[in-house]
Amino acid sequence: MLNYFVTRLFRAVLTILLVMTFAFVVLRLSGDPASILLGPDAPTDSIAAFRARWGLDDPLWKQYLAYLKSIAQLDFGVSMRDRSPAIDLVLERVPATLALTVPTLLIQLGVGIPAGVYAALHRESVADRGVIMLSIFGFTIPSFVMGLVLVLVFAVTLGWLPSGGQDSWQHAILPIATMSVGGIGILARFSRSAMIEVMGQPYIRTAMAKGLSWRDVVWKHALPNASVPIVTIVGFMVGSLIAGAVVVESIFSWPGIGRLLIVSVSNRDLAVVQCLLLVIASTMVIANLCVDFAYGLLDPRLRANAAAH
Amino acid sequence: MSYVSIRDLKVSFDGVQVLHGINLDVAKGEALGLVGESGCGKSVTWLAALGLLPGKATVSGSVTVEGQQLIGTARTAVEGVRGGKVAMIFQDPSSSLNPVRTVGRQICESLRLHRGMDQRAGRIEAVRLLDMVGIPDARKRVDLYPHEFSGGQCQRVMIAMALAGAPDLLIADEPTTALDATIQAQILDLLAMLRRETGMAMVFISHDLGAVGAICDRVHVMYAGRIVESGAIGPMFDAPRHPYTRGLFDAIPRLDGARNRLIPIHGTVPDPSHMPPGCAFAPRCAKAQAFCHSDAPALMPQPDDRQLACFYPVSSNATGVAADERLPA
Repeated sequence: MLNYFVTRLFRAVLTILLVMTFAFVVLRLSGDPASILLGPDAPTDSIAAFRARWGLDDPLWKQYLAYLKSIAQLDFGVSMRDRSPAIDLVLERVPATLALTVPTLLIQLGVGIPAGVYAALHRESVADRGVIMLSIFGFTIPSFVMGLVLVLVFAVTLGWLPSGGQDSWQHAILPIATMSVGGIGILARFSRSAMIEVMGQPYIRTAMAKGLSWRDVVWKHALPNASVPIVTIVGFMVGSLIAGAVVVESIFSWPGIGRLLIVSVSNRDLAVVQCLLLVIASTMVIANLCVDFAYGLLDPRLRANAAAH
Repeated sequence: MSYVSIRDLKVSFDGVQVLHGINLDVAKGEALGLVGESGCGKSVTWLAALGLLPGKATVSGSVTVEGQQLIGTARTAVEGVRGGKVAMIFQDPSSSLNPVRTVGRQICESLRLHRGMDQRAGRIEAVRLLDMVGIPDARKRVDLYPHEFSGGQCQRVMIAMALAGAPDLLIADEPTTALDATIQAQILDLLAMLRRETGMAMVFISHDLGAVGAICDRVHVMYAGRIVESGAIGPMFDAPRHPYTRGLFDAIPRLDGARNRLIPIHGTVPDPSHMPPGCAFAPRCAKAQAFCHSDAPALMPQPDDRQLACFYPVSSNATGVAADERLPA
């Protein structure tokens, strides 16, 4: 069992290292920060000075080793733009992003799963067809379209909600709604099919034959079994929430890490982008670790497999 | 008076009728066999009676347990009968147990429901029941999950779970089909022993005539959603009269005596959506006349106490049918 978790942890660290390396190489090959930050008309000697200041003239491997060395010392670098530590810039933005992503995830879980389960238990009913239709609608509409439509309806036409900024809780409503829709659709679809699959299993018939009430059959026998595939998809969704935040924060001018990422990439602010990717990759890896751990709790057969590893 | 009484039970799936009016009774304490090929409606009869068919099934007719009607009544009324009065065990024991709950918890659920036992008392009783059905080291294994048991042991757990509700009738739906031959014999012995000890009635659904003969008092032979012959085990096994029943016996290999070629029943069971107009067995029957293809025989009482649905039955004193006579013309 311990062995299993150590392997998992090792794999997680390896994943993060690969992401960091990839980001490091691509960022350095895809454009020169000096000419982007200083502008195309900057004098040659100031560009040369800038390159020397940030060590951009060194060979790539040398830069990379230096980067790894500083990371190992928990030094995440300094922003090329305003010279403040990259980690501070990133951490400063995290609460704003959490203010969108946490409510979004809760809404996705709270609406998507019950809708899917209800549809599965009332198969072929009007409600079931409605859930299927709405969920296809939900996950096929790209969030940038959804966001603009919501702005058009609720901010421009009706004037009920602000269209951007972060001044009050009302400002969070449209971004959260935009981010929630797709996940609700995916979760409803997934929960429905997981539940239909489970309800057709022989052990559900056994539970009914025992004389259990319908409620107990659903709550005690069907849902715990259906939760395994649902947890898998929730794990993926936690990862994609941050990707969603990049788009939605831009549409609604929300000062979170998504917007910071876009600004930093276009400025080639290397240390900040690398620091952001490190945070994002860690979030995804931690979400996956949590899913693996939840599997063990939910399904004793997987626990046995884990012990055998 | 019979304990369970089924009258004119009809079932259709999406408009295709698969059960064409089943009448049968189970008396207290008796063991009834239900025999027939796969898809003849043996299991469907009892799943329909207990309301365990999926929603797309349409069920009509009457099923009473101790006079209480189950068809067309509230869900709670049927739930009250399931497990407590009539319990059921199934063909595939490994997938019939919930994989994410310990077997102890699954048994305790029935004990709480039908015998009002709390956690502590339930656990003690669960261990006793597991012990009784022959699970070794029951005290430790009560906390294990179904995947930690073999197929035969899972069926024993299923039986323990059924016994937990102290039912008056146990429906055993092909309980040994998915098991090895040696395990089959053990499970059959166990069921026979439990019946002797508890006095509960049993319906044994099987296509294994040997198993039915060993366990049951009476037997109903089903074909394509109808009962075609029924009676006490002795006369039925000595002299089957419906050509289909006869065919089932002829298809069993013999261990004793000379080695003879087996006589299979030719053809296949008719498709429920394209049933022949007359007797459903006529297309496969060597004795069928033109009349059999246009008119369906009703199940009629016979002088020797059996019931039979055939216009041209095998004569009661015939000891066997020659192979050439059984080939369809």
